Amino acid sequence: MKITVCIGSSCHLKGSRQVVEQLKELITAHGLEEDVELSGTFCMGKCEQGVSATLDDQQFSLSPENTKEFFEKNIRGVLAAK
Amino acid sequence: MRKFDTQVQHLKYKVLREVARHAWAGDLLTNVGDIPKTIIPGQEPSMRCCVYKERAILGERVKLAMGGDAKKPNVIEVIDIACDECPVGGYEVTEACRGCIAHRCQDVCPRDAISFDHNQKAWIDKTKCIECGKCAQVCPFSAIANNKRPCEKACQIKAISMSENKTASIDNNKCTACGACVYQCPFGAIMDKSYILDVINMLKNAQESDQRVYAVVAPSISSQFTYARLGQVISGIKKLGFFHVVEAALGADMTAWEESSELAEKGFLLSSCCPSFVSYVKTEFPQLADSISHNLSPMAEIARYIKKTSEQAQVVFIGPCTAKKMELQQPQVRPWVDSVITFEELQALFDSADINICDLKDDVLDNASFYGRIFARSGGLSDAVAQAVKEHNIDFELKPVVCDGIEACRIALLKASKGRADGNFIEGMACTGGCIGGAGCLTHGPKDKSQVDKYGQEAYEKTISDAISVLELPQTDTLTR
Repeated sequence: MKITVCIGSSCHLKGSRQVVEQLKELITAHGLEEDVELSGTFCMGKCEQGVSATLDDQQFSLSPENTKEFFEKNIRGVLAAK
Repeated sequence: MRKFDTQVQHLKYKVLREVARHAWAGDLLTNVGDIPKTIIPGQEPSMRCCVYKERAILGERVKLAMGGDAKKPNVIEVIDIACDECPVGGYEVTEACRGCIAHRCQDVCPRDAISFDHNQKAWIDKTKCIECGKCAQVCPFSAIANNKRPCEKACQIKAISMSENKTASIDNNKCTACGACVYQCPFGAIMDKSYILDVINMLKNAQESDQRVYAVVAPSISSQFTYARLGQVISGIKKLGFFHVVEAALGADMTAWEESSELAEKGFLLSSCCPSFVSYVKTEFPQLADSISHNLSPMAEIARYIKKTSEQAQVVFIGPCTAKKMELQQPQVRPWVDSVITFEELQALFDSADINICDLKDDVLDNASFYGRIFARSGGLSDAVAQAVKEHNIDFELKPVVCDGIEACRIALLKASKGRADGNFIEGMACTGGCIGGAGCLTHGPKDKSQVDKYGQEAYEKTISDAISVLELPQTDTLTR
């Protein structure tokens, strides 16, 4: 799986650093470094819905508040079901 | 509303704007010959002996606005027919000398070069004069003038001299492309080549393809476009067709971070941010070239990141600097940066596309920390490296030598070349005041420094490590093009 988080100005001001930090910690805490690839990019063109992120081809709207929930449901949940 | 410092800049701007206007419309080649007459329509000259000469000079400006002669390596060029062939006499006694009896000029002269004729008027023996200017300073009638060409005065590294036909001539082996002469020549006879056509082509192509053109803007933008808000400038850049705007200051955070480790490892370092300084060291002090930081400049650093993480990306740097146009040609920079334009050229692009930034809503620009942003002024780079040393927890005592302007750089380098440097980190900035003194700025003023500091304080991220933490994702290193 590949998560890409937008680090453009608008998303940055909405907390992309905090989202990235949380994701990094969660990936390490669950030992998923081999399964999940995390990367950043400048602007996904969806500034109103920031913090923008993509999980493979799916688009998500994250925030520091919902990152853990997103991780549990869309990453751990999906990996567990495989 | 003051858009430019001088009428020369305004004239150059009008040429750039007209060239850009036709480039957007796609009819530049059919109309290029008419541009001088569009700008100077009447029969009454306002700048030169006749309108025909004025138009001939504008024709040369149009060529440079279109990228200039690719066979000439320097990005700075003299327009021979625009050069007024100013006097080159150096210090000379003028008619204002009253033949006083105090003779302060003679007393202060360290070389005994001043004597008096039968009318008691002063006379300078040119074989003895060392051009120190002390006589001019003490004359109560201000009767001693320095008839040195403004271009030669501006070029402190002495790359400009008089050619056989009396026009200014640039020694390309010495020139660092800082642009001081471009800004200082009162006749606008020296100009930097412009790459606005490349940028317009990129933006037009991007409309019909997957290409995305990113603008990387220098932090000195905080002292520019003072008639509008920074957020409106960002909106204007996007309206031109740029996909996204990123702060070069984030590249500066990356550079400060890397340079602090490199400094601790090597023990002595010269900064690599200012391309004029780097070029000056290589030509005049080659024995110190190994001490130049191996890190890329902030522009190239952030451009590389953008190209590694975004597909179909093209990067245009927008800044105060003419020397960045020369840095662009370096093999280690060329893969990451596609073009460079100045703030002057950005203003021309806005107006060529009929974008009045004052009418636009504010967009946001926030990627870097306080420290990355203050790179725009002299001393900022040293402050940032000191902060990086602290955040890195490196046990190293930083002793910065802040060189404000190329003459200060020369003195510091001279000492360093003799093993007597005043510190262990030389921050070299060719322009006085740092990047805010750059030749490609629209305006220069006493408030520029405080505006940079204010912009620094507005940054969302307060530390360098926080600002760059989003870039240090473990996988980004594996993303190569």
